[in-house]
Amino acid sequence: MSAKTVNNKAWWLVLPVFVMVAFNALIPLMTVVNYSVQETFGDNIFSWSGVRWFQQVLQSDRFHGALGRQLLFSGLVLLIEIPLGLFVALNMPKKGFWVSVCLVLMSLPLLIPWNVVGSMWNIMALPDIGLLGKAVNSLGITYNYTRQPFAAWCTLILMDVWHWTSLVTLLCYAGLVSIPDAYYQAAKIDGAGSWAIFRYIQLPKLRHVMTIAVLLRFMDSFMIYTEPQVMTGGGPGSSTTFLSIDLVKSAIGEFDLGPAAALSIIYFLIILAISWLFYTLMMRNEEA
Amino acid sequence: MTFDLSWMAWTWPTAVFFLGIFTLIGAMGVWEYYVPGGGPRHGAFGLDTTRGDRLFISVLGSCFIMLGWIGWISDNVWIGLAVCLVWAICIFRWV
Repeated sequence: MSAKTVNNKAWWLVLPVFVMVAFNALIPLMTVVNYSVQETFGDNIFSWSGVRWFQQVLQSDRFHGALGRQLLFSGLVLLIEIPLGLFVALNMPKKGFWVSVCLVLMSLPLLIPWNVVGSMWNIMALPDIGLLGKAVNSLGITYNYTRQPFAAWCTLILMDVWHWTSLVTLLCYAGLVSIPDAYYQAAKIDGAGSWAIFRYIQLPKLRHVMTIAVLLRFMDSFMIYTEPQVMTGGGPGSSTTFLSIDLVKSAIGEFDLGPAAALSIIYFLIILAISWLFYTLMMRNEEA
Repeated sequence: MTFDLSWMAWTWPTAVFFLGIFTLIGAMGVWEYYVPGGGPRHGAFGLDTTRGDRLFISVLGSCFIMLGWIGWISDNVWIGLAVCLVWAICIFRWV
């Protein structure tokens, strides 16, 4: 019997990554945990405060409001972008000249930096000089995102859909073109309609890329900061103050490192839990 | 050259917390060495889990139990910790 030699030395190759993660993620995270149980004064002076900051954050209306807005934003973004991205991908040409044109057009929004997207939409949606704002107002609809919370929300959602639907489309498109032709031929022989092809061939085959798309869009939208910060600054009032904006206000604006650290940990745990839930639900019955 | 770690603001309780987490991960490694394979199974809620998954669910769930505990029930973290242990035992037993 010739036993295959198991050599685990390759694990050492993971060491550089481990060291890097330790320095850019683990050590900062540990520091945040340390800050979250202490009162911070300048010049590295700290005093123990136990779980007080967690209680303060968990019971504050400000946190509940920001969390609710954040969940609503992510929910809306997922509900719009995932079906829309899939729809666009299904209708994109599969071969020929137009493939590259579509792909390039689709990638353009993804190449624009977040703060530029924020300022672009900020200027475009201004009611008195912006193309979009002026056009909507001239239709007789009063639209002013600097004063109306509903208008601010619509503009933010529209901006995110414009910026990120292409990511979902590109992922779905990559998944679609990787489905072997044999499946379609078999479906044709069986006389399957386009709905049956979508439901029993394309959708199951797209499961992995859709999982990645949902996870990426959830995580990105749940920690969105730059775009709403540049566009609305969290306003009007606090109607678009999401968790990230609230966190920055509390940590850098008010220099409340203790409560901000507690908020970061809660924020992190929520992202971790929801991502795990999505992943588990979408990968369920994978073997079946 | 000296390492100044004062900016990390270490305290004994947080140090013990992280030692605990690393000990748990280390213990999983030792467990895997003696009983390889990860003990996969199809448990409660229809979840397919290995030991690592069960540890993850235990720890993540414990974080939320603890947040709920200190946020709305009581200041006494030790009783909260006991609830977390019961939760972890249930996860390792049935999920």
